[in-house]
Amino acid sequence: MLLNFESEKPIYLQLAEAIEDDILRGIFEEEQQIISTTEISVNFKINPATAGKGVNLLVDEGILYKKRGVGMFVSSGAKEKILTKRKERFYEDFIVRLLEEAEKLKIAKHEVINMIEGSNEK
Amino acid sequence: MSTIEIKGISKIYGDTKALSDINLTIEENKIYGLLGRNGAGKTTLLNLITNRIFPTTGRISIDGGVVLENDEALSNVFYMMEKNLYPEGLKVKEIFNWTKEFYPLFNHNYANSLAEKFELNINKKVKQLSTGYTSIFKVIIALASNAKIIILDEPVLGLDAYHREMLYKEILTNYIESPKTIIISTHLIEEISDILEEVLIIKEGKLIVKDSVENLLSSAYKISGEASRVDQYIKGLTYIGEETIGKFKSVTILDKKRNEALAKELELDFSKAELQKLFISLTN
Repeated sequence: MLLNFESEKPIYLQLAEAIEDDILRGIFEEEQQIISTTEISVNFKINPATAGKGVNLLVDEGILYKKRGVGMFVSSGAKEKILTKRKERFYEDFIVRLLEEAEKLKIAKHEVINMIEGSNEK
Repeated sequence: MSTIEIKGISKIYGDTKALSDINLTIEENKIYGLLGRNGAGKTTLLNLITNRIFPTTGRISIDGGVVLENDEALSNVFYMMEKNLYPEGLKVKEIFNWTKEFYPLFNHNYANSLAEKFELNINKKVKQLSTGYTSIFKVIIALASNAKIIILDEPVLGLDAYHREMLYKEILTNYIESPKTIIISTHLIEEISDILEEVLIIKEGKLIVKDSVENLLSSAYKISGEASRVDQYIKGLTYIGEETIGKFKSVTILDKKRNEALAKELELDFSKAELQKLFISLTN
């Protein structure tokens, strides 16, 4: 798990995204336990309330679930949920920014398309 | 329970107002950062909470019990002072025993295990400890006291980065395992900002901020880019912490709202405000 304390995003959001990334990469598997908020808090030296807020965000979205007295688990279907959510954001987060940057660098749209197609062949 | 209620507290020394009209509730089981410049009144406030000095006006109570000469209320509070008040001729282990007299819940085994972790030799006399180890020794006692409220005044004084990190982790572990109210007074703000839940800022004897770290940080943001364009962006806005390197400039804007469109047009970048910068501007 990776947290970037320089980032503009609040720590709890970063934490939620970092857990999601780890689920997508298979570091945390569905129906398996993830590290506890205690471990997160101590390892990253963040207030437990902040850690709890990040984890609870994923509980609310049905990506994680709590087993009383045991800990946090990855829900089945979590990966799919994250993929759907991230795909929806892909356009806003990446394509729009890509085109903005291209405009700044005066790269024409067809050149961008060529680059994408070129990188596909590799 | 361990709520501290501070009502209308003032402390006057001669014609100096060290604290004026402080009203504040310190809720239980939260980690507070008490910030303020040198001489702002932090230690005076801590001394008042722990009945080491008396207020000129106002009252402080812990769970409804006024702290004035109230040993029962105060037995729930452990105050680690910046100054070392332990008898210097005593050995560390003797002071562990001694602490148990005043704090019956003092966990001796835990204190010993922490000493081992930090490689603090408990057979050494207090006066033989370096500045850093004096800090470690005092924090160990505070953590092992099992008090409901622990107050740490400059807990990492003289510690290297390695020991500071260890200590922050120990404080968090202790807090998670047995939730308590922790008040940390420190000058190393950026380092502890993520550990804190709430921030209290005192300026010239007045409480000027009581807010969550998250709220405080989201009330400002940094903008940077080419100097003349940054100037264009900040026109009419309240800002602090101007920094210029060549033609590059960055400032912290004291506002929640960002003008995304203008920033884009001017090719400026947003970034997170730092607690330290906000602190400097608020206390200046």
